[in-house]
Amino acid sequence: MAKRSVLGLFTEDQVDEAGDAMEALASAGYTTNEYEVLTGTPYPEGTFGEAEPKHKLFRWPLTGAACGFIVGLLLTAGSQLAFPLVTGGKPILSIPPMAIIMYEGTMLGAIVFTIIGIILESRLPRIFMGAYDKRISDGYIGVTVTTEEDRIPRAEEVLKQAGAGDITRGWESN
Amino acid sequence: MQDHVQLSQTKINDDLLAGVLGMPKWWLPTVVFLVLVIFTGLGAYGYELNKGLGVSGLNRPVFWGFYITNFVFWIGISHAGIMISAILRLTQAEWRRPVTRAAEVMTIFALMAALSNIMFHVGRPWRLFWVYPYDFSRGIFMNIRSPFVWDPSAVMTYLIGSSLFVYVALIPDIAVVRDKATGRFAPKIYGVLCLGWRGTPRQWRLQAIAGILLSALVLPVFVSVHSIVSWDFAVAIGVEGWHSTIFAPYFIIGAIHSGVSAVAMIMALAVWLWKLDKYLRPDHFDAIGRLLIVVALTWFFFFFVEWIFALYTLEGPELALREFQVFQAPNKWLFLAFLLTAFFIPVPMWMFKRVRRSPMLMFLSTILVNVGMWLERFLIIIPGLARRQPLSFDWGTYNPSIIEILIVLETFAFVALGMLLFAKFFPIIPIFDMKEGMEVREEIKIGRRVVPASIRETP
Repeated sequence: MAKRSVLGLFTEDQVDEAGDAMEALASAGYTTNEYEVLTGTPYPEGTFGEAEPKHKLFRWPLTGAACGFIVGLLLTAGSQLAFPLVTGGKPILSIPPMAIIMYEGTMLGAIVFTIIGIILESRLPRIFMGAYDKRISDGYIGVTVTTEEDRIPRAEEVLKQAGAGDITRGWESN
Repeated sequence: MQDHVQLSQTKINDDLLAGVLGMPKWWLPTVVFLVLVIFTGLGAYGYELNKGLGVSGLNRPVFWGFYITNFVFWIGISHAGIMISAILRLTQAEWRRPVTRAAEVMTIFALMAALSNIMFHVGRPWRLFWVYPYDFSRGIFMNIRSPFVWDPSAVMTYLIGSSLFVYVALIPDIAVVRDKATGRFAPKIYGVLCLGWRGTPRQWRLQAIAGILLSALVLPVFVSVHSIVSWDFAVAIGVEGWHSTIFAPYFIIGAIHSGVSAVAMIMALAVWLWKLDKYLRPDHFDAIGRLLIVVALTWFFFFFVEWIFALYTLEGPELALREFQVFQAPNKWLFLAFLLTAFFIPVPMWMFKRVRRSPMLMFLSTILVNVGMWLERFLIIIPGLARRQPLSFDWGTYNPSIIEILIVLETFAFVALGMLLFAKFFPIIPIFDMKEGMEVREEIKIGRRVVPASIRETP
């Protein structure tokens, strides 16, 4: 069944009302996966009574660093063994210069994987915007509910009762 | 930060997107002028490509001249950009908010300019790909023992890392541009670029962690890049003045000195060009002025120690080089200008609060620093190669040709154009960071005084 979303818009001064709307949605039987708050600025965590988001971001740089280190090792050791040219009487596998490139590889891997992790853990890219209002960028606070179409009218009612000014609907993916 | 103007979110959007959604009168003529300078420089480079490096002033024994000086200079500028942003983010310094974006973007364009100098410098730029493991068919691989392979690996790591860092921090602001842009294509393009950002608590939370985590990851890269650039010189045993173990930290602190100065310059330009005086307050200039005093003094300490190390050996060739650097024309005039502009004029100026709080005086003093730091790199590179040695076949000096001067000017125009184009398409001051700063600001009453305070939580 296609999911539909609804957005209730609160003004910048209605922070408490937006929080009340989140509580009312929970009381009305909507799960935390079904509703969320949208803001144009980062508010302190828990401002709207939302739960602390769980993520595994810290695994990404470690994985990336390990991959980068391995690539750096293969690149340096592999290329020197493939073309074993003695330079200045030094060993073919000369550790200090290898360490430099392996270090850069490790850091590059960690950074690239962290970026990928940040984007994916942020649930991006998001193809279907669902119910959204451009006024959120101007300071309005949006409380959005994404659920089965038959549960949308009840969500609208809850948002209205909590004091939402405008209420808009939008489509989501299946 | 006592000096603060409280603004609504709408006002912040309007102010910080004025340059993106509109076009200031000066913008187009400036861009046209910079493009002309760039094309002149590229024309000169085309001439050099066609005729060979003989059209430059490079000749035995001075094979490293303006291009390498300029390479080291731009690497230095690139450093403080991300350094200042990363350290201020990690320490949660409140005055970072309007400064970080411009500093990070400057890093990217300065790194590109630095890399282009290498291309201008080498005689056969079409073989640049040989620094990468490419030539499998002939079984020839790059020589990883060479600093000229360490350099591209470090610089490319830094360029990729800092570009991604800027992009991730830009996503929420691109979403604001998406919501504010009009027309048929602009909202769609910005919509794709912001990846469908909506501003959920999860996204904001990860954005805050990203700032800290990426800062912590980029800082070690920043330290490694200029260390490796310094080793281009330091591992050369045959050149007095280059073969020094202190070069890595000395180069890094020199890079921070010139880079933080460049950030202060950009702050002053932003105040004048985009009328951002509500966001870049005298307090911000004061803060960066204080930071500059610390950085300049540390740099001078390393400069002094480098000289003591050199002189304390009492080795004839080393003493001859230092004498050549300091007492023989034209180097002696350049050395005097370097000391005055890099340290002895700006640092006493910054001791005065009135100077630190004035965008004009900070702009002038930081320009002086960058003139001085460019000369510093010149004085490290050229006299070392030009010094007359008993067994050398050629005794020569170095006179830069007009081709080199035009190409060096091109790099300055390139960085300026890059910054202007970026500011045309994206906000140069982080919108969400400014909004957060306004959101967490409160006035508290202590006794009979009301003082501004910031509420902060650690991400």
